[in-house]
Amino acid sequence: MAKATITFEDINITVTVPAGTRVIEVSEKVGSAVTYGCREGDCGTCLMKVTEGWNNLSEPSVLEDKILRENMAGKHNRLACQAQVLGGHISVKPV
Amino acid sequence: MDGVRVTDSHSQPQAVALSSRLFWIGALDPQLRSFDIILKTANGTSYNAYLVRGSAGVAVIDTVKEAFADDFFARLESVAEYREIKVIVLNHLEPDHTGALPELMRRAPQAQLFISHKAQSMLKGLLKQESLSFTPVLTGDSVSLGDRSLQFLHTPFLHWPDTQCTYVPEEHTLFSGDVFGCHFCDNRLFNDLVGDFRFSFEYYYAHIMRPFKQYVLSALQLIEPLPLQLIAPAHGPILRDRPDRYIHRYRQLSSPALHSEISPHQKSLLIFYISSYGNTRRMAEAIYQGATRVEDVRVSLYDLEGGEVGPFVDLIEESDGLVLGTPTINGDAVKPIWDLLSSLTVVNLKAKLGGVFGSYGWTGEGVRLVEDRLRGLKLRVPIPGIRVKLIPTDQEIQDCEQFGLELARELMGLREAKSINFEDLA
Repeated sequence: MAKATITFEDINITVTVPAGTRVIEVSEKVGSAVTYGCREGDCGTCLMKVTEGWNNLSEPSVLEDKILRENMAGKHNRLACQAQVLGGHISVKPV
Repeated sequence: MDGVRVTDSHSQPQAVALSSRLFWIGALDPQLRSFDIILKTANGTSYNAYLVRGSAGVAVIDTVKEAFADDFFARLESVAEYREIKVIVLNHLEPDHTGALPELMRRAPQAQLFISHKAQSMLKGLLKQESLSFTPVLTGDSVSLGDRSLQFLHTPFLHWPDTQCTYVPEEHTLFSGDVFGCHFCDNRLFNDLVGDFRFSFEYYYAHIMRPFKQYVLSALQLIEPLPLQLIAPAHGPILRDRPDRYIHRYRQLSSPALHSEISPHQKSLLIFYISSYGNTRRMAEAIYQGATRVEDVRVSLYDLEGGEVGPFVDLIEESDGLVLGTPTINGDAVKPIWDLLSSLTVVNLKAKLGGVFGSYGWTGEGVRLVEDRLRGLKLRVPIPGIRVKLIPTDQEIQDCEQFGLELARELMGLREAKSINFEDLA
């Protein structure tokens, strides 16, 4: 199975995950401060900043784009419950 | 200052003038005793809606709970005609302020609806009208009514994501939504005329605004520079006598208590436990010993049996980390732990460090259940909880010390970089 790595900068931990894993699934288990609310891409609680590997994430859906806009998300911000890491390496941290 | 009379059993409800251009057109609900499940009120509440008259049109700011729509429309009709309404502003979408909105929009179809940027999906969720037309606004946006204007302040999470305030600079008046409000019903309306509402003001803050202190402080940055003669909140008395006092009180309530007790370079780690046979207590003491070995961590150890929930909630609000020890009895953590956990929604816990431990007899689910609850409360739980079957051995006591040490190091950001596999995470 294809692998990818995610570094959570706030706790300095890198996790090797199966490609396609949603960031929030890892974040809650590893204890990063990227925390969650609805887990359905609606509340914006899990907003995170992607500091590296932006292009290794799945494209934002129309729904995620809408919530990012409503929350006035900055450049390279994503919802951890929606963003899937497709391969390679990404680094993230809480907003 | 003038007295007011807003109810008369023999006549239609009338609007109340706040100035020659501003009017209260809300409704009184003196019989309400429980609001939104979480709040009590001993003398009801008011649903404050307002009307602003400019030379080029009229604005309506907020509406009322649906059951009180007749009073709202009667008061509105006493000072304006529906065709004059150019603007409708919703400072907050909760149903006690939007209950009369659909009917108002039916009666004033030409009016343009202004809501906060964050209110867009909520409005659809509330009104279930996909074709509804509205304009989302942020700080810096404004709308003209001719010789009066409305300036919008983006003040989210006070106490919903959608909340905003609306300022009328020509009147030095802030329509604040739920901010500076309270559940208090008195038909004299103004803070210099009504009964003593200080308790209601504080109680409302404690239950509604307290979880959002950081957002209150951000909002105050926008509000404090404004020249203000009057604050018109969405519930309770209208603050025309020295409104600055209420702003100052909000700043006090939103600032940490005894902040200087913990130095800026220190962090506070709280360990709470409850123990039936002393086993979980022994674990707590060992975790405490381990945590105290890390410089600049101020570690505190509390037995839940020795205190009340309220002060513990205050402590947790100010802390950086929270460690809970619970035995497992009949397959669950014990009630005092859940009582504490169910009382924490009034404070902001996001990204605080969490950890759990406990002794058990034969199943030991308590630790995992509490870890899940901590994650649900938006704490981060980076180190798997530690469980001991009945009486801890010397080795297990050492493991507890190590657990405390690791938690304290985590709190101070001292844990070394690590690479792990997803499958290895608990």
